[in-house]
Order: sequence, then C-alpha cells, then structure tokens
Amino acid sequence: MSLKGSIKVKDLNFYYGDHQALKNVSMTVEPRQIVAMIGPSGCGKSTLIRVFNRMNDLITSSRVEGEVLVDGVNIYDKNTDVVSLRRKVGMVFQKSTPFPKSIYDNIAYGLRIVGIKDHRILDETVEKSLKRAALWDEVKDHLGKSAMSLSGGQQQRLCIARAIAVDPEIILMDEPCSALDPIATARIEELMGDLKDEYTIVIVTHNMQQAARVSDKTAFLMHGQIIEFTKTTDFFTKPSNKITEDYITGRFG
Amino acid sequence: MSRQDTSDIVFRRILAVFPISILILVAGIFFQLVSSSQLSLHKFGIGFLFSRVWDPVAEQFGALPFIFGTCVTSLVALLLAVPIGVGAAIYLAEYAPPKVSKAISILVDLLAAIPSVIYGLWGIFVLVPCMRNNIQPFLGKYLGFLPFFQGPNYGVGFLAASIILAIIIVPFIISVSREVILAVPSVYKESAYALGTTRWEAIFDIVLSYGRVGILGAVILALGRAIGETMAVTMIIGNNVVISPSLFSPGYTLASVLANEFAEAATNMYLSALIEIGLVLFLVSIIVNILARVLIWSVTKGPGNVVK
Repeated sequence: MSLKGSIKVKDLNFYYGDHQALKNVSMTVEPRQIVAMIGPSGCGKSTLIRVFNRMNDLITSSRVEGEVLVDGVNIYDKNTDVVSLRRKVGMVFQKSTPFPKSIYDNIAYGLRIVGIKDHRILDETVEKSLKRAALWDEVKDHLGKSAMSLSGGQQQRLCIARAIAVDPEIILMDEPCSALDPIATARIEELMGDLKDEYTIVIVTHNMQQAARVSDKTAFLMHGQIIEFTKTTDFFTKPSNKITEDYITGRFG
Repeated sequence: MSRQDTSDIVFRRILAVFPISILILVAGIFFQLVSSSQLSLHKFGIGFLFSRVWDPVAEQFGALPFIFGTCVTSLVALLLAVPIGVGAAIYLAEYAPPKVSKAISILVDLLAAIPSVIYGLWGIFVLVPCMRNNIQPFLGKYLGFLPFFQGPNYGVGFLAASIILAIIIVPFIISVSREVILAVPSVYKESAYALGTTRWEAIFDIVLSYGRVGILGAVILALGRAIGETMAVTMIIGNNVVISPSLFSPGYTLASVLANEFAEAATNMYLSALIEIGLVLFLVSIIVNILARVLIWSVTKGPGNVVK
C-alpha cells in the first residue's frame, strides 16, 4: 500500500514546559480514512493533531520526543521543511477563519503565495475547490464579496475549500463543527464523506455521535495516552477497555 | 417607583453630565476662538486661508505658509515614522523573545512620556548640527536633482522639524500597533501557516490585514499629535514665513507661529490674526480626525481587497 497520505506515530512524548501532554502515543492512520479523536477536555487530542503539521512549533516551550512519519518520512527530522509539510497537511480550525479578503481571494491565496498568477489556473482551482466543498452554488455569483459576510457554516466550508485548494494529502480538523448549528454540521459531515476518496482526514470532536457517524476509526485519549484506537463500529459497540465503555456511555467526561 | 429605579435614574443623570460637559467645552473653545478673531475674520475673510503674506507691520495676515508648514512637516514625519513604527511593532509582537519585547515596550512607553521641549533641546544641540554637517549635504549631493533637497543648508528647517516630529510620534505608533498585532487571534496566523505560508507571509498578508484598521488608528493618533506638536517644532523649524518645495528651507507651522509670536502681538489686529490661526489649527485637527473616522469606517465595512 502506498504511504502517500499516511501518518505513523511512534512512541511520541510531548511536553509543554514541564507538563507532559502526550505519553507514549503510537498510532497509524491509513490513507483515505477518516480517523476521529475523542476524549475529555485537556486529554491531548488537539495537541496530537497539531503534532501532525507541527503547528505546536509556535509554542516556544514545547518539546517533542519520538517519531511522526507522514508519507513515511519523519517530520520532526532536523531537515524537514515545515512550510512544505503544512502544504501537504492542511488544517481546519474550531473557529472558522476567513481572511479579510474576498471569497475568491481566500481560496486563491494558497496558490498565490507559491507564485501562481495565471488567472485561468486560479479561476479553475477556485471553482473546483468551492465545488468540492459544496459551496459553489451558494457563492458563485458573488465571489468578489467579502468572505466575512458568509454565514458560520459557509465560512467553515470556505475554510475547507481553502485547505483543499493547495492540494493537500491530509486534512486535520480541530472540532470543525463545534460552533455550528445541526444543519450546517450535517453538511460538513456529508462533505467529509465525499472528501474521503481523495484525502486522509483526522478530526478532533467532542461529539461522540459525530465520531460514530463520520469516522472509520476512532481513538480515545485520556491524560495524554491513547486508551483505545480501533474501528469505529467496534469502538462504539464493543469497546475492549472499561474506561472507554464508561466514557461512551456517559458515565464521566 | 421603587428605590432601585430612583437611584438608577439619579445615577444615570449624574453620569450624563460628564460627556455633555465635554461637548460644551469643545463648543466653548470654538466660540471663543471665533469671537476673539472677529477683527481678522472681518478684514481678510476666506482670503486669510489663501494669502501668503504675513506682515505684522503692515497688518496684512494670511495663514497659507503655516498651513503649508503644518501639512508638510506632519506628512514627512508620517512617511518616516510609519514604516519604522509598524516594523518595530511587528518585531516586538512577533519575533522578539518575550523578555526583550517586554523591556523594549516599557522603554517605548517611557519615550512617549518625555516632554517635547526635551526633544526640542536635543534637536537644537544634536540634530540640527548633524543635519547641517552630515545629512543635508549628503541628501543634496545624491538627491539634489529633486526640488525637495535643494537650496541653502541651514540645518534648521522643514526636514529637521519633520525628523523631530517623527521621533516624537514613533512611540505612539509602536505602542498602539503592537497592541493591535497582539490582539489578532493566533488561530488566523495558524490558518495561514496551515496553507504553507512562511512566517513573514502570515504576518504581512493575514495579521496586518486583520490589524489594518487598528494600525490606521495608530497612525491617525500620531498624525493628530504631529499637527498639534508645538514646542519641539518651534525650536528647530527656523520660524520663517515661506512656502518652499525645499525641505531644507526654514519654515513655520500653525502651532509654532502661535507659540512664537503671541507674546509680541502688539496690535489688536495682530492678536486677532494669531487667534484665527488657532481657529484654523483647531479646524484642521477636527477635519483630520473626521477624515480618519470616515477612512476607518470605510475600511471596516468594506469588502476586503477584491481582485476579481
């Protein structure tokens, strides 16, 4: 099987200063799968997905031990080009983050920064990405309007379209629906199902039903450790760990 | 009516007095300026704004050289101060180690608290000789083909005043811009990084475009300060009634002519003309601020940088 779009974590320890946020985490994400990460607040799930595109580098006191292989290459190697890693591993955040530009420019931005100026290519990519993110029909007649004028759900799909536009292999989603209403959430979930044929998706969610609905595999984290990581159908029907069972049945968390 | 309602109403009315008293104060200043400058207003009318003559002996007065001087020095000061100020703010907010950033920020705030007469003294003893001996000869030699850098070199003049103004307003720009940049939520920067931007691109394209209204506000605050700044400018602009394209030329500003000539205004007409200068300064400041508000308002509600 090709390694393109895969993530392999080996004995990962992660520290914020003295605080250890992840302990001996090992997991494998296969290409074109949706992996959901659940767990109580502060369990390290957001930290873990932010390891995959080295977003934690921005936190000066953070420290990493272990290996994280994306496409079979250790991204914490000294020679890693973080900028190109992040083009390969896109990210969508909890809060939608439209740039203060037009809808068109939001999508085109990722291409312009690498020097693509050809209007035909830009037009095509903008259209393709917006269609892929199921937003095209709603915005095609006013691409010049400010992205800030879109609704919350539309803004989040715009952010997905913007991530897709730079042609990543993996898309990380950090609680992408937690600020959205149920209808907008349903659209995003539907969209994730569509995107799966092309991209690997790792989603952090507080919503267990969402994890059950969208993901192929689910990881349950607590206190910085992976308690259970298995096929979603098994995870929710016959969890092998007592703590997992307690969590998904709502006994705590 | 309950006890609570009564106390609320009383408190609200008492509080309302404060903002209203500010309005009354501004209006009062305006009417005082108008009434004290009646003589000059009647004699020169609107022509006061466009006349280049300022001759106390013949009692002929016009404000144009001073309006010119105020505009030139303020704008040149902004040209110098904005890139330095915003650049320093970016460094302090995004690049400097936290301890360094903290230390420099405190120093910058201290700079803003230095009385401008101190800057003026420094200007007389350090800046002006340096302008005369080094900077202006250098500019004259290499940029002398431009009308801005021609003419006799006294040291004092528009350029020296502009540099002093720039030094005075830079701390304001740094301080406010830094706050603005720090206030941009880091998730926007992260969104840019997630598209594969470099640090510089994330800051320049995303953080600054989020902060642009605030930075514009900082610049306008600085412009207001530059227009009204009196002491330091009076000390080194050369106090010469002239309209010249050359930045080397000694000049005058609205504020500095007021400060410099008020004590020697012997006749009623002279005094009245100076007070009208004050009125013009008052109005220029208000117009700048209104323009600034309109600008900020249009940027805030505008659709962003639309290309397509």
